[in-house]
Amino acid sequence: MAILSKEEAQTILKKVLSYSKADACEISLSGSDGGNIRYARNAVSTAGQISVMNLAVSSTFGKKTGSASINEFDDASLQKVVKRAEELAMLAPENPEFMPLLGPQTFPDSLTFNAKTAAITPDTRAEMVGKSLSISKAANLDAAGFLENSTRFNAVMNSKNLFAYNKSTDVSFSVTIRNKEGTGSGYVEQSFNDLDKMDTLALSKIAASKATGSASAKAIEPGKYTVILEPLAASDMLSNMFRGFDARSADEGRSFMSKKGGGTRLGEQLFSENVNIYSDPMNAEVPSATWNGDGIAIKKTQWVENGKVKNLSYSRYWADKKGVQPLPFNRSIVFEGGTQSLEELIKSTEKGILVTRFWYIRSVDPQTLLLTGLTRDGTFYIENGEIKFPVKNFRFNESPVIMLNNVEALGKPVRTGSGMIPPMKIRDFTFTSLSDAV
Amino acid sequence: MTGVGVGASLLDSRSVFGRQISVEESLNPVDVKLKKKMADIALNTAKSKGATYADVRIGRYLNQVISTREAQVQNIGNSESYGIGIRVIANGSWGFAATNDLSDESISKAAENAVAIAKGNSKLMIEPVKLASQKGFGEVSWKTPIEKNAFEVPIKEKVDLLLLVNSEAMKLGAKYVNSSIFMVNEQKYFASTEGSYIEQDIHRIWPNFTVTKIDAAGGKFETRNALSAPMGMGFEYLTPKEDEKIKGGPVTMYKKRYDILEDIKEATVHVDEKLKANPVAPGKWDLILDPSHLFLTIHESVGHTTELDRVLGYEANYAGTSFLTLDKWESKKFNFGSKLVNVIADKTEPGSLGAVGYDDEGVKCGSWDLIKDGILVNYQTIRDQAHIIGLSESQGCCYADSWDSIQFQRMPNVSLAPGKENLAAADMIKNVEKGIYMFGRNSYSIDQQRYNFQFSGQLAYEIKDGKIAGMVKDASYQSNTQEFWNSCTALCGPADYRLGGTFSDGKGQPGQVSAVSHGSATTRFNGVSVINTGKKL
Repeated sequence: MAILSKEEAQTILKKVLSYSKADACEISLSGSDGGNIRYARNAVSTAGQISVMNLAVSSTFGKKTGSASINEFDDASLQKVVKRAEELAMLAPENPEFMPLLGPQTFPDSLTFNAKTAAITPDTRAEMVGKSLSISKAANLDAAGFLENSTRFNAVMNSKNLFAYNKSTDVSFSVTIRNKEGTGSGYVEQSFNDLDKMDTLALSKIAASKATGSASAKAIEPGKYTVILEPLAASDMLSNMFRGFDARSADEGRSFMSKKGGGTRLGEQLFSENVNIYSDPMNAEVPSATWNGDGIAIKKTQWVENGKVKNLSYSRYWADKKGVQPLPFNRSIVFEGGTQSLEELIKSTEKGILVTRFWYIRSVDPQTLLLTGLTRDGTFYIENGEIKFPVKNFRFNESPVIMLNNVEALGKPVRTGSGMIPPMKIRDFTFTSLSDAV
Repeated sequence: MTGVGVGASLLDSRSVFGRQISVEESLNPVDVKLKKKMADIALNTAKSKGATYADVRIGRYLNQVISTREAQVQNIGNSESYGIGIRVIANGSWGFAATNDLSDESISKAAENAVAIAKGNSKLMIEPVKLASQKGFGEVSWKTPIEKNAFEVPIKEKVDLLLLVNSEAMKLGAKYVNSSIFMVNEQKYFASTEGSYIEQDIHRIWPNFTVTKIDAAGGKFETRNALSAPMGMGFEYLTPKEDEKIKGGPVTMYKKRYDILEDIKEATVHVDEKLKANPVAPGKWDLILDPSHLFLTIHESVGHTTELDRVLGYEANYAGTSFLTLDKWESKKFNFGSKLVNVIADKTEPGSLGAVGYDDEGVKCGSWDLIKDGILVNYQTIRDQAHIIGLSESQGCCYADSWDSIQFQRMPNVSLAPGKENLAAADMIKNVEKGIYMFGRNSYSIDQQRYNFQFSGQLAYEIKDGKIAGMVKDASYQSNTQEFWNSCTALCGPADYRLGGTFSDGKGQPGQVSAVSHGSATTRFNGVSVINTGKKL
């Protein structure tokens, strides 16, 4: 029941819209079906299966908007939710930022759905976790992990005849493998739309090898180092930066994208020339929906070109105020890189630190986007092109903007979270203290 | 953990949830007789299908949030989430199922599913669940002792208050101001095969604001957040009382009543001072930490560190483990902090976020020592892990953030006991030669075993030869948990004791949030490493 086809969703939305008496009405309908297994100390700790569907109505009289939602779908409930939204709209103050609804739009079908992923059963999950446990048990290591999959649909319709529908699948896996002494720890995480790409056995082997390889780490002095960030570590730093690609906060003077004296840094050379970032909903490795919640088409967009800020995102309201086209941000980004593998990047490094991932990243100064956080689950010293020994974890204080001005080399991008991210060689990365944590 | 982003570990990771309902609807609780009938259907079905233990949580979770910016209302949300979660032990393993369809058939089916999942999980079992004994309490109830139900206060009154807050800031030259009130009411019903039928009505409130000024010519901006605390209280928290204020220092501080109109005015002036403040000189400083700041350092470095499930490895793949391994506790001489450091775990303190009558597995709540005279003496645990530290009863730390989440170990209030003598903060700073006095929470980060941390505040003042010598900016302190707590050299007295807290401490996979308070008085730490975090792009 939770996953409706395009036609089924359209039928419900049309029915709900027929109950509306407001000047403008927008309805969204979404559902998900999925399950998970959590394990720790080499045994399953919890497992669950969840199926939910929700309908939300937003009604507007003039510039007064009210919203209500419901998870029951009989006619009486559907009438009730529309009535409730209309009642709340009458009580609401006028919203000076209200934008008139968009009319019909055309969106291409997305690539986000995979039938095999949608067919995952509890047995599939148990088998995938079993493979991971076979690695930790055989090597006398301890595994703690989480496997989750879901199928989702989203549909919107409004009183100006806009309709959009998308269906997607996702499977994600992460595991931390530690040695029994607690002196070594390794981690991997991966997510895909397509189940066939997920190999929990191979991923767990990487985590196990990092757990063994990182045991008995040596302390070296904190300071500025050349680092090789694995794609996961690079992605940890970048996700904080992408939130800043918002034109409104830049225009308002409260973002690292704000320009001294007013305005934004659009068009400025903010990063090294080898930094090129775009998003494309039709990229087969990181597909996304082709429309956003406002009913705006998501199109291929260049955000950074040769280190220059090429675009900032605009909401419909801010675009209207600034006389530009609205441009939604899309987190399925592609950070272009080269052809080198992680191993090749290591080989070309005279002295440096290899970072598996970062942990507990928090903003220290939103003005410079200074972040702090720590390395975790496998940090290694590199000398003359080889990994020499594991090192203790560091705390860093660094800005991704400064980091992307110090790019020495970029490797081949791989799927990391919802983006394609290359391993990166960065000079002068600032580690400020040591941590005893394993 | 708070916030956003990757590893969005641990505070503030939750927005409004559930379905939107009318305000009137939220004021009608579900009849307790109906809840008992539903609970019995679940318990009886579970037993008939082979469960050796079962518990049921019927939860109605209400959230209301009102948020504004400058002269406009951004959002009024009023939501409800209602359903039943059934947890069982069968063949020695846990199973869980939940549904929001509360028909008799659906409840029976969910109970049956929970038993089937438990039996399925038992095939991968290493050892069967050992549950600490717990007597049934029969039909009992508990309520947060509130004076004014925030859900009964008209929306207009709340909107008007927030818009007045914003206009006060704008009058004083603020460029932007956001303000909000977040209100929670958990109407929870717990029943178990051990004979408990527990009804609880739990209330929380959190007013907050952020005021921003811009120095466009210099390309700079500064903000200051409210120095309120999220509380386990009703709307009375927003009725100011003079005897609940601490004045005389550089900042007015609030105990169990908050004056939002006074705080916004001070905050707007503070932002000007922040824009002009001198950068801090990095090095070793004595820190004087106000409870509005220290609560978060306690949360991260003591609260999470003493969670037994983390110590054992159950959170290894997400939040991490803990350096307070069992051998340190067994030794009875692990020096967590200086002799002045006494940390108490508590689920009863009035006004605190953790205060409930019973936890989410039917254990009556109390309080106990975690750190006694600087020594690690105990952890925080629940029924299926109590035996590991030799306890015959649970400490009552079980919580689920929704009817459809599985309950597990969550932090009780973890508070630093104030000093025995009635020292005031104004007197404490008189003896400080070179110090930094910090207020409010800001950036916070700690490693996965809770050794190395870095924190900063909303406001930092330099203390020079016993006197406040002006505001400084870009100050963060870095330390190691054990070293830090051993550098504690003075505590203000009971009259200075206040609660801080968070609505959304994150833990578990899939992630859950919980609300928790941390009390302390103003406290001094000697010779802590302070770094300057100012940079130029």
